Amino acid sequence: MSGTGLDAESIPERQPVLRLSGASKSFGSVAALTDARIELYAGETHALVGENGAGKSTLIKILAGVHRPDSGTITVDGEVVEFSGTAEAKEAGIAVIYQEPTLFPDLTVAENIFMGRQPRGRFGMIDRDRMNRAAAALFEQLGVPMDPERQALGMSIADQQVVEIAKAISLDARVLIMDEPTAALSGAEVERLFTVTRALRDDGAAVLFISHRFDEVEALCERVTVMRDGAHVSTDLMSEVSIDQIVRRMVGRELGALFPKQEVQPRDVVLEVDGLTREGVYRDVSFSVRAGEIVALAGLVGAGRSEVVQGVFGVDPRDAGTVRVGGRALPPGNPRAAMRAGVALVPEDRRHQGLLLDLSIMRNATLTRRSRLARFGFLVGGAERREAEQWTARLQTRYGRLTDPAGTLSGGNQQKIVLAKWLATGPKVLIVDEPTRGIDIGTKAEVHRLMSSLAAEGVAVVMVSSELPEVLAMADRVLVMREGRLAGELSRAEATEESVMFLATGQEAA
Amino acid sequence: MSLLTKAHESGSDAQARTGSTVLDMVLRFRALGLLLTLAAIVAVTAAVNPRFVNEQSIRDLLLAAAITLLLATGMTVVVLTRGIDLSVGSVLGLSAFCTASLLSENPGIPVPVAMLIGLGIGAVCGLFNGMIVHLGKVPPLVATLGTLYVFRGVVYFIAGGGRINASDMPGGFLDFGTARILGIPYLIVIAGVVLAVVAVFLSRYRAGRDMYALGSSPEAARLAGIPAGKRILTAYILCGALAGLGGVLYAARYGTVDASAGYGMELDVVAAVVVGGVAIFGGSGTVVGAALGAVLLTVISNALPVLSIDQFWQRAIVGALILGAIALDRLVGLRVKASLRKKDAHVG
Repeated sequence: MSGTGLDAESIPERQPVLRLSGASKSFGSVAALTDARIELYAGETHALVGENGAGKSTLIKILAGVHRPDSGTITVDGEVVEFSGTAEAKEAGIAVIYQEPTLFPDLTVAENIFMGRQPRGRFGMIDRDRMNRAAAALFEQLGVPMDPERQALGMSIADQQVVEIAKAISLDARVLIMDEPTAALSGAEVERLFTVTRALRDDGAAVLFISHRFDEVEALCERVTVMRDGAHVSTDLMSEVSIDQIVRRMVGRELGALFPKQEVQPRDVVLEVDGLTREGVYRDVSFSVRAGEIVALAGLVGAGRSEVVQGVFGVDPRDAGTVRVGGRALPPGNPRAAMRAGVALVPEDRRHQGLLLDLSIMRNATLTRRSRLARFGFLVGGAERREAEQWTARLQTRYGRLTDPAGTLSGGNQQKIVLAKWLATGPKVLIVDEPTRGIDIGTKAEVHRLMSSLAAEGVAVVMVSSELPEVLAMADRVLVMREGRLAGELSRAEATEESVMFLATGQEAA
Repeated sequence: MSLLTKAHESGSDAQARTGSTVLDMVLRFRALGLLLTLAAIVAVTAAVNPRFVNEQSIRDLLLAAAITLLLATGMTVVVLTRGIDLSVGSVLGLSAFCTASLLSENPGIPVPVAMLIGLGIGAVCGLFNGMIVHLGKVPPLVATLGTLYVFRGVVYFIAGGGRINASDMPGGFLDFGTARILGIPYLIVIAGVVLAVVAVFLSRYRAGRDMYALGSSPEAARLAGIPAGKRILTAYILCGALAGLGGVLYAARYGTVDASAGYGMELDVVAAVVVGGVAIFGGSGTVVGAALGAVLLTVISNALPVLSIDQFWQRAIVGALILGAIALDRLVGLRVKASLRKKDAHVG
């Protein structure tokens, strides 16, 4: 577990091209990075791995000049630098390829590469021929045939990434950072990307590669850094460390106080999901949940967990599969039918999907019950108020007045209002997506207590969570998803941080 | 297309290829489609009344289109950046009235100076629009709807119910409104030159390409370090300046200017731009397309009376063209989305 650090023997006597040390960064009260460091060397591919929320993305954004670190230093070729924007990082030779390519869909491939730096000829006019030739030369260098005059609109993610790489090369980038570039690629496309990356590395570029796929990390990288809870854990040569060791270093996050789950004897099956498929998102997902049971959907970000529960609820259409509640099939793509059947979904992004921030706390808490509280089609203030008071009291919500806008509440209390809104419908199946994300530890325990008592009352609970300790503490069963499929199911007894992480990353436990 | 994808995915790849080819065709032939529509209308009308295509009538037609075309050129630049400028009609009115009253008091002012004054008035209005949009972060639709009323209010305040008649203006200026060079009216020449200059600016200069980039993906533009504020201000100033120039041409052509000059013109201009294939959400389209749109709309409004078709139908046809243009954009967008989904379907 203890980090081997950057020992003298494992690191050659070279100066890193790019070094980040002692970096910390907080967003509001949430510390994303506490003590991050990384050193990138010319001609070397460096893997950065860590669980969801370990701080990888924040680290990249600091190197890219998107965020400024609260503390810590960045050095380029041994000289301390400060980036006040992406342009300065670019100037220093740092190119970042984000998970979602950022191209201009209406412009040609060549223009995308040379935007703002187009070669100019007579009268300062853009020399399109020269630009297209330069782009063609870049693609030749990459060994990828692509038409520079093609519009970016409608290109596959893989092709878009090739354009991003071409852009990076044209900038003479000495450091190439790739954030999960393979997440949307197929096997052959990944192989192609690796060939290109290796060629760049052999030409002396330093590459930072973020991925959840260990086979790729092993195939591509010479060095690996593990992060956990926003801090550096270890950096090793790939040849001196096993995947097994790496996975064990990734887990072990602390979550603070947890409310222990009450033991409940599960009753009848309430929710049955069979062969649920949405092309390109998830495939053949089947599971069932009993009354009184809490089933967790675990997995890495992007594994398709939120998408599956949204498919179950009917927010998104599905291509195949059935969802049954209490034996009755739900029509696809119809959330109202799901609500009538007793399904409630507390979404992941409560600010955008769960709450109407400008409306009052009272109106938000009773939103799902409007028609039942209304008399002759009009909302009667008294009934609405009584209902809201009842639920906010039960959930121990702290607020000023019921008429205050919901946006004025703290994150934890907002989450309680969203819960109240759905609990008021008396659901048989409660689906909660990341129920405790971004809320303080005390409130987390209260949300856990509430979920536990709901299960004890006979509600079937499905919980999507990226917090492994929360999954382990709350769930009767853990379903682990990987890349759109169910990778396996673990009982409460079998589930450990390691067993879940091995399934989520597709590694066999040693 | 990519050769990253290997044989086993060739099925979905082929579909994607079809999708993008269709897309390319639609975009490439959009201008052609406009020309064909134009030719069809002219042919039918000429068959009914051969005088519709004689030299004089074509000249009148282009003269009628010239001012709309000028404004549509400026509007295109703004729309490309995901904006819109609804105040152009009011700016035209303000410029027309100010230059006309200035000329009536100082008959000695040469025509080019009058045009510069109009350009200046328009540019100031455009700067005002651009500052509200960029610094105030007000949606362009709302910001320029506001200035539409503000600028019009200023015209009424200055005009005070009065009007400037042709007899008040210097003869040289009025002659300019009808004079020709090599048989072509000055107004058409000016609109044509402006069109050509803006077309080259948009397609061949970095700043021009930035306009497309900003409208295509503001987020990517930010990451690419494009100076968004500067470009957006430029777009609104250019649009305002051309509306101001349009005001001078309006005064010269019609001779009589009152406070309602250019009233409601913004809608014709936006219609020309949209029919001409400039995407209302920015990033795509050309000034040549917008110019064709302006000419097409003018031809329609001139041809239908010849064909003795009711005024009502004239409006309905313009409306149908706008809806058709927007439907085409949506269709292309949906096709691209569908082919993308198929391509990404191999995940997992």
